[in-house]
Amino acid sequence: MIEVHGLTKLYGEHAAIRGLSFDIRKGEVIGFLGLNGAGKSTTLRILGCVLLPTSGRVVIDGLDAGADAHEVRKRIGFLPDTPPLYDEMTVGEYLAFVAALRGVPSRQVRARVEAAEEKTALRDVDGAPISSLSHGYRQRVGVAQALVHGPALLILDEPTSGLDPVQIVEMRALVRSLQGEHTVLVSSHILPEVSQVCDRLLVIHRGELVAQGTEEALAARMGGSGAVEVEVRGAAVQAAELLRAVPGAREVTVLSEQDGCATLRVTGDGELRGAAARALVGGGQELLRLDRGKHQLESIFLELTKEGRAS
Amino acid sequence: MRSAWLIARRELAAYTRSMSGYVILAVTLAVDALLFNTYALEGMRKSGEVLGRFFYVCSGTTMVASIFVAARLLAEERQAGTLPLLYSSPVRDVEIVVGKWLSGFLFVALMTGLTVYMPLLVLLDGRISAGHVASGYLGLLLLGAASVALGTLGSAFARNQTLAGILSGCMLVGLLVCWILSPVTERPLSDVFMALALHGVHFTPFQAGVIHLRDVAYYVLVTWVALFAATRVLEARRWR
Repeated sequence: MIEVHGLTKLYGEHAAIRGLSFDIRKGEVIGFLGLNGAGKSTTLRILGCVLLPTSGRVVIDGLDAGADAHEVRKRIGFLPDTPPLYDEMTVGEYLAFVAALRGVPSRQVRARVEAAEEKTALRDVDGAPISSLSHGYRQRVGVAQALVHGPALLILDEPTSGLDPVQIVEMRALVRSLQGEHTVLVSSHILPEVSQVCDRLLVIHRGELVAQGTEEALAARMGGSGAVEVEVRGAAVQAAELLRAVPGAREVTVLSEQDGCATLRVTGDGELRGAAARALVGGGQELLRLDRGKHQLESIFLELTKEGRAS
Repeated sequence: MRSAWLIARRELAAYTRSMSGYVILAVTLAVDALLFNTYALEGMRKSGEVLGRFFYVCSGTTMVASIFVAARLLAEERQAGTLPLLYSSPVRDVEIVVGKWLSGFLFVALMTGLTVYMPLLVLLDGRISAGHVASGYLGLLLLGAASVALGTLGSAFARNQTLAGILSGCMLVGLLVCWILSPVTERPLSDVFMALALHGVHFTPFQAGVIHLRDVAYYVLVTWVALFAATRVLEARRWR
């Protein structure tokens, strides 16, 4: 679906991105991860045919984005970091305008607008002026404009930026619902967001691609595959003993112990959750919580960008 | 050019929904009417002379209003962050520029059309030639087209509407003062200034009811050059 070869963008002497190369398969949901200023938006703007690269090549759906930009634009839907909205229009008018602009035949425009509103839960505000919408709704209208013409590729730059926790959950669900129908490239610096909705992650740091793969693959690369965090009622020592006996477990760490409850972290090879649960329950422990550890992705990410933070 | 028309239609609708559109329209028409009453109808004059003075007055307000109308065209898109929507859509840069210019031109044309009652008032106490009226209005439309195009160029350069208005105003005044510079310079420079003068040389014949092909060509050329330059500015922005 997308092939990127040696993509570089220079602003004077400063390289916003340098020699980026990656492939994205059709139907994948890709998380584009990086710190602020890492070059995410620049890359997405180039893929969205908004910006031209200094060098390198982007092929989208078999078409060269430099030579056939006009054709490529028909196949993409782009949501920039600030939703491009005309405040004086109503939601319905705006989406109809965008659909027509992106080549949807006049007779199909209304149906496409309704479908996009349905997907993004905007049916209730079809006649509302955009200026009257809350930030969450504006962001949804931004997503709706990106998908109203049924593009093969959706590029969403920080779609959860500025949203409250409830809106973030809703936006996450929305992005997840687009899976299969579109190839989706979503950028963020909020880590759990991408880990929950994306098939694969591309980690960019200082304009260079420092890692790519699934969360598990990245964790394996950082030596932390199969990390599991558990919370039990009882003494940490007994739980640790039981966890050490789990096949594949390499290291067990007690993270905290207070109020009669202990939190432990076990790392090892492969999937440990089932075996860890059986071991703890079988050993008579009262298991309160078991998950893959909310900090796993953060630690991978921080490790990958450590060099940058240190300097 | 379907996209250009879509952009123009949206922009025109935005004028009708914004206060600024009505303010520009009302102020321009009020100034036109005031100057028509105080300057064109002043003293005892022949109908043709009144008409000539009316078109002279309208040419000034048309130029000023065009700059105000055009200042928002591209600068506002940039200011509001909506330019990426147009850039990422299958729309050529020239279509964006033409669509924007067309909306401004149609608005100015509507404004010009609404002044038609003033020449008709002359009929109450005199006679006017339809040819003179047609020539004067053709001149106003061509001048409006060129002024809006200069405004579109200024708007393409600028980050905000205020700067766009200042830049466009400077370009417009630059072309206006060519008429003043021509008599005080020597040939061939004086000929160049004369040929470039936006108003003094090329509008006067229209005002008097005379249509010269060279004057029509001049305004079309100014419009084309300004729109071409605005398109290049948009294209260059894709590198930044």
